[in-house]
Amino acid sequence: MTASTRERETDFEPVYHRYGPHRAGVPPLVPYFRELWHRRGFATEMSKASMRGANTSTFFGQAWLVLNPLLLAAVYYLLVTILRGRHDPMVFVHLTLGLFAFNLVSTSMSTGTKSVVSAGKLLINTAFPRLLIPLSAVRTALFRFLPTVPVYLVFHLVFLTRVWSPTMFLSLYFFGCLLLFSAGLAAFFATLQVYFRDTSSFLPFFVRIWMYLSPVLWLPENVAHFSKTLLTIIRLNPMYAMLGGYSETIQEQKVPDVGLFVSSGLWAVAVAVIGFLFFISRERDFAVRLT
Amino acid sequence: MLSVSPDPVAEDESATSPYAVRVEDLSITYKTTFERKPTLKQALVRFGRGERKVHTVEALKNVSFDIRVGTAMGIIGSNGAGKSTLMRAMAGILPPTSGNVEVWGRASTLLALGVGFNKALSGRENIVLGGLAAGLSRREVEERVEEIAEWTELGEFIDMPMNTYSSGMAARVGFSVAVHMRPDILMIDEALSTGDAHFREKASAKMAELRDSARAMFLISHGLGSISEMCNDCIWLDKGRLMMRGSPEEVIDAYMTYVKVKKSPTTTEEM
Repeated sequence: MTASTRERETDFEPVYHRYGPHRAGVPPLVPYFRELWHRRGFATEMSKASMRGANTSTFFGQAWLVLNPLLLAAVYYLLVTILRGRHDPMVFVHLTLGLFAFNLVSTSMSTGTKSVVSAGKLLINTAFPRLLIPLSAVRTALFRFLPTVPVYLVFHLVFLTRVWSPTMFLSLYFFGCLLLFSAGLAAFFATLQVYFRDTSSFLPFFVRIWMYLSPVLWLPENVAHFSKTLLTIIRLNPMYAMLGGYSETIQEQKVPDVGLFVSSGLWAVAVAVIGFLFFISRERDFAVRLT
Repeated sequence: MLSVSPDPVAEDESATSPYAVRVEDLSITYKTTFERKPTLKQALVRFGRGERKVHTVEALKNVSFDIRVGTAMGIIGSNGAGKSTLMRAMAGILPPTSGNVEVWGRASTLLALGVGFNKALSGRENIVLGGLAAGLSRREVEERVEEIAEWTELGEFIDMPMNTYSSGMAARVGFSVAVHMRPDILMIDEALSTGDAHFREKASAKMAELRDSARAMFLISHGLGSISEMCNDCIWLDKGRLMMRGSPEEVIDAYMTYVKVKKSPTTTEEM
């Protein structure tokens, strides 16, 4: 990307750019992220525009944002109830919380994956830090997630009437981890999509399997009797730590183990660093690949 | 190595640098696949057969030149000569494989319709997005968007999705954005070949005005007439090499002789 030297934030006149070969891949990161921050308005506007394009600002568009996850929750709840043979409101509330949060990650991934390829014309004609494109997709996913928060709170109020505690504020930490994790994944898959255009076709299968492996349809208690090796494998899933911590703080009134905090944070940061660096090191190639 | 410099001219008074753009020994080579849409499936099939299909394109080979402030540079050459690649390299979009590009000033987005990338959005939304991507602040974009919309003379179409536009209308929006972002270095690719007679007239007038205010201007056109009319300097690229640099008349004559076409009203306007 452009390693530009800009004297002042608002100063556009004497900008000097020097473009040299970048064999090593990753451009100087400090100017890159400064430029990224400077143009954050673009990511915001792109996300807003794409939501407008998808009619999310109309009444039915908004209603769909709530209705869609609700219907999904209903489908999965039906499935879980049939399999278990009994109705358990606690499972329902856990399922909605987990499903809504998991949807945030999966929506970021699916919209992020297609974001760079669909911005083709803009990308081959304008120089800007490309990372803004997948980040804008994550913002879109976040704003599609927000309407589900009041819906969950209603369920919480109805089924977990007395479960309110200050630990709920800790859920923000796990939510932050989920968001950062999503951003890393969006950047990673957006890059992959440029090279292999069928990535977006494989992704839904991968996402579905991942959801079954994450504590969305089941509670950590349900797998407690599994063998030690199996449990270790289950706990290696980054979503286990993040969703586990998220639902413990909200629904179980307890401060999660330090282990959950540490592994959530580590996973989020590691995936974000890997995803972003992979994206940034490849982004100079995008203009060539997308023509 | 082909290196051409202009005749020495009086030093510019500009405080920063007498140059607007300096390109040193620039080569751009890229590898690309044959498929329009590369997929993992095809990659695996090819891998199974033990083939590796990568196409190497040498878009620019050892191009060097420098442009002083106040130059209006025409770039001519046949299709696939590397003209657009050179513009993209100067705008910082395509990285050099070797060599350097130095640019003093902010380059405009190219006119090859970067604006209009999302056909589901209206012309106005595309303008805002293009401006923000190019690094303008929200306030600057909002100030300009009215002016841009006004200038395109599209009327109510400006607020309709761009998939309802004709190609000429989309080109108007693109041109209007490129010239209203007040770039230091204006780059226009095939500007005057789109749009109706009225718009061409208006676009020429606007470019003449900008030629005086911008630090430098680049114009790629197959309309050799507009190059000799608008520019005071010219380069000719052929198959990625810099063939010649000089006054527009000389370069156009040499180019015409090379491609063996007679200068006729058709070639000067439409080529």
